[in-house]
Amino acid sequence: MNALLALPVGLPVAGAALALLCRRSRPAQRAISTGVLVAVTGVALVLLREVEASGPVAGQIGGLAAPLGITLVADLFSALMLVFASVTVLTVLVYAVGQRGTDVHRGVFHPVYLLLTAGVCLAVLTGDLFNLFVAVEVMLAASYVLITLGATREQVRSGMTYVVVNLLASTLLLVAIGLVYAATGTVNLADLSVKLGDVPGGLRLALALLFFVVLGVKAAIFPLFFWLPDAYPTAPTPVTAVFAGLLTKVGVYLVIRVETLLFRPAFPGPSTLILAVAAITMLVGVLGAIAQNDIKRILSFHIVSQIGYMVFGLGLFSLAGIAGAVFFVLNQIVVKTSLFLVCGLVEHATGTGSLARVSGLARRSPLLAALFLLPALSLAGVPPLGGFVPKLALVEAGFALDRWAVAAAGLLAGLLTLFSMTKIWTGAFWGNPEPAAAGERLQLPGIMVGATAVLVAATLAVGVAARPLYDLSERAAAELLRPDGYVVEVLGR
Amino acid sequence: MSLALAVAAGILVSGGLYLVLQRTLTRVVLGFGLLSHGANLVLLAAGGRAGAVPLVDGRRGMADPLVQAMILTAIVITFGITAFLLALAYRSWQLTRDDQVEDDREDRRIARLATRRGRR
Amino acid sequence: MTGPSRSPILDVGSRAVFHTVLVVAVYLLCSGHNAPGGGFIAGLVAGAAFVLLDAANDFDPAARRGRLPPEVLLGAGLAVAAATGLTSLAAGATFLESDFVSLSLPGFGTVKATTALVFDVGVFLLVLGMVLAVVDRLGEEPE
Repeated sequence: MNALLALPVGLPVAGAALALLCRRSRPAQRAISTGVLVAVTGVALVLLREVEASGPVAGQIGGLAAPLGITLVADLFSALMLVFASVTVLTVLVYAVGQRGTDVHRGVFHPVYLLLTAGVCLAVLTGDLFNLFVAVEVMLAASYVLITLGATREQVRSGMTYVVVNLLASTLLLVAIGLVYAATGTVNLADLSVKLGDVPGGLRLALALLFFVVLGVKAAIFPLFFWLPDAYPTAPTPVTAVFAGLLTKVGVYLVIRVETLLFRPAFPGPSTLILAVAAITMLVGVLGAIAQNDIKRILSFHIVSQIGYMVFGLGLFSLAGIAGAVFFVLNQIVVKTSLFLVCGLVEHATGTGSLARVSGLARRSPLLAALFLLPALSLAGVPPLGGFVPKLALVEAGFALDRWAVAAAGLLAGLLTLFSMTKIWTGAFWGNPEPAAAGERLQLPGIMVGATAVLVAATLAVGVAARPLYDLSERAAAELLRPDGYVVEVLGR
Repeated sequence: MSLALAVAAGILVSGGLYLVLQRTLTRVVLGFGLLSHGANLVLLAAGGRAGAVPLVDGRRGMADPLVQAMILTAIVITFGITAFLLALAYRSWQLTRDDQVEDDREDRRIARLATRRGRR
Repeated sequence: MTGPSRSPILDVGSRAVFHTVLVVAVYLLCSGHNAPGGGFIAGLVAGAAFVLLDAANDFDPAARRGRLPPEVLLGAGLAVAAATGLTSLAAGATFLESDFVSLSLPGFGTVKATTALVFDVGVFLLVLGMVLAVVDRLGEEPE
């Protein structure tokens, strides 16, 4: 049982070590990375089935009993996150291998990519607040390296902003953990969820908001999102894709985990503060996207906007709201990643992602246009695609609790999303190709197209399997709101 | 918790924050050193009073060993990240022969737009 | 770049001190389980020994020839650490669970050898590789 929890972390670390040792042989590195990530995906699927059948699963690292030892624990939300994350990481790896020039830099790409995976898995599986900090640091340290991999002038400049902002947040996270430890004397999440109940209400609210701010930086919540649209577009496409799809979502996962499991009593009903922040995040993100003229930058601002929806679901603190947020997170992981992969294909084929300089791609490659259109419509929430269900669920949940303003903001942001997706579509895909390139078919590497197609198929699958997936999300939300099973499984009482 | 620890943490954090807000990368790196020391002191303070050797004879007046372990972990992480920051600062110096964070291109464009509008 | 900055005192001194520092590092590594020390500290101390040697050679890359590249140390350290975790898993225990044997060595008395020591060796290699990588990369002459 324990092995299922340890392997998603242990395997990538071991793989990173091996990849580092054979850094001169790229085929060996590729084989190791692919093998490890396939194995992690397999483990994640088995874990999901196990958790789905019999509730949360916990294990103690080193056999030291909770709350003293470090706990690994999977409930439905973390198991679902693990499955979606591992599938995404694996597909992007295949894409990166297909793109020439991504994994060459001194043989560093593969080991660091695997460490990133280990960090993501640990962040999702950990049941210990300090270990959570370590996981976030492992993930971010790997991301620092990946985002500045080319060491070009632009990357160093924007990478610096990224690193400094995230380091400040990490330091604050450490302080926040110290304060929680001072207040309760434990860092085990399950133990905290019991003991924080005895902490005075004002102090509890202060700690809850401190964590909201600190993790909000990682999740790019307004007003702490400014680093994201600046840093993400400069990295190589596969790196941006995995960051866009995963890192901020792990941030959202942590916000949801901490605010529900630990600070549930601090939020007896919908939190107006969190909802207001969510509404502003949605609108500011999408308005920023409309102002941009480069595909990668448009998509980067959309990340922020979509984060707003997830926070909206959390802010309602109702079953329907959190279920919608969970579904939204899962859907976004595949949709956002596949959009960035398509954007990478456009840049690969034409040498630029600027809407002013690309046009008529649909004529030159109908397949590419289709690969863009499906996730783009899903992002905008057009039925029957996967993005429609969680948006509908969230807006309904908002209306059910009479939070009209934020639900309306959600609808408006959805409309504007559709508008900016149309902007990319008309700018880059419709119209006539530039005269120089007219009639010429686009040359696209098969592996990259294949990997993108797999992920686009996954976004379709989310739409087709919306019912069972929503049921799972609802069960996950129920577990989050009433974590008795989680606590019993970890503490054994 | 002793007042001295709190004051020391406060001084470290304010000094660190001042340095982090500078435009020179070397100062930013040094600032992070100070900031993380401040955070470590907060952790130390969270562990309560100093006490007897932990876990040897146990029970009475034992110091809290957990915060020490957490601080050590944080130090290790800071060590790695500081090395990375230094490498980044060095690379930036290699590329631009300057130690300052460059202006964002977008920011510069917007600033230019604003001055042009103002003149009109 | 050899020049006037090469100091004979540092040169001789570093050679005299180098091995002593390494022995101290190994001592710290072995005593780490029950006393102050451990893989991280030992790695830093051993790294300091190499940095001293480099400083005496004026960070001349030629003097480093024949040394293992830092990436190999990093990889080996990470491999050892990950392997201890996965081995305990394979042996049916929990991830990273440690075990120990008591050995009676002639001249030493009874010595407890724990599997945590193997993990610490991994940490030691990792930290040593890290220090050497930092010195190597940041000490590079800009082109």
